[in-house]
Amino acid sequence: MAGPDVMFPEEQQQIAMVCQRLNRDANAKAVLLIGRDGQAIAEAGDVEDLDVTSLSSLTAGNVAATGGISKILREKDFTSQFHEGEKIHVHITLVGGRAILVVLFDERSSLGLVRLRVKRSSDEMTRIFDQVSNKAQSKAQPSILTEITDKDIDNLFND
Amino acid sequence: MSFINYSSREINCKLVYYGPGLCGKTTNLHYIYAKTSPEAKGKMISLATETERTLFFDFLPLSLGEIRGFKTRFHLYTVPGQVFYDASRKLILKGVDGMVFVVDSQIERMEANIESLENLRTNLAEQGYDLDKLPYVIQYNKRDLPNIAPVEQLRDLLNPTRVPEFEASATTGVGVFDTLKAVAKAVLRELQRGSQQSG
Repeated sequence: MAGPDVMFPEEQQQIAMVCQRLNRDANAKAVLLIGRDGQAIAEAGDVEDLDVTSLSSLTAGNVAATGGISKILREKDFTSQFHEGEKIHVHITLVGGRAILVVLFDERSSLGLVRLRVKRSSDEMTRIFDQVSNKAQSKAQPSILTEITDKDIDNLFND
Repeated sequence: MSFINYSSREINCKLVYYGPGLCGKTTNLHYIYAKTSPEAKGKMISLATETERTLFFDFLPLSLGEIRGFKTRFHLYTVPGQVFYDASRKLILKGVDGMVFVVDSQIERMEANIESLENLRTNLAEQGYDLDKLPYVIQYNKRDLPNIAPVEQLRDLLNPTRVPEFEASATTGVGVFDTLKAVAKAVLRELQRGSQQSG
């Protein structure tokens, strides 16, 4: 699975809360949750100066490339990565095989603390993703897609 | 794979430009970037070598407007065309919603076009996709150059299923937006159709 294909307001709020708590508990600068195909799902912390869209696409590319390496080495998956910078460090983990959790942190935190906090948040996020999948499959939620008409699509491309 | 966010009211889709080395995939994205208003586009990223050949991918996020109160966002990607970057090329196809195959119309590039199209089918199949079932358009690029094959010949060789096709000159922009609009429209129609079938 490349990532969740739908997100509902209730679960979006739950995910956002998990990100915020992780950001706080890990003493991080920012937390991003990204679909495996590069779509940004949620964020928390100091993101005003971050180009979240670009970061999401590049991180997904990075994870995909690492996945390619693991395949060549006949390893199932490398579930986490760590980039050590001079001031900023990046911790990247796969969440339930479906999404990518990125934690940006500096000298106020440590890799050990980030790892510890990420573990708990990943489990919670996986549970929320399952909830979203069940909801999407149950058809309890009306889909925007069924409401879209041919005319809506044509109107989008009228100059 | 499209991502629909009911919270931020967004429909996100992924488009991939594929084709042989130097066929003009990156040039398509550069033209789109140059001609799109600042509020509709994000930053364009090119992961390229020193000689400006695409190493991993180019990326351009684009907003095309709203449908029923939902913003439609398209993430445009190109793949590296050079044969030896096949491992990277496969990765970009993950989660694709729509394909553009960019053909280099020059006669001497015919073999490269055929090889790249076969490579696309193989790589898509590896990711579990069938090109004939995906929203897919073909662009015959470089129509402004002198040594080009006639469109009829290109069609017979590269478009046997007769998907929508466009003549283009990506450096001057001819056909670039027609191609983009056609594939984006096809993706939205496919989403609409998919939801009706499963609903």
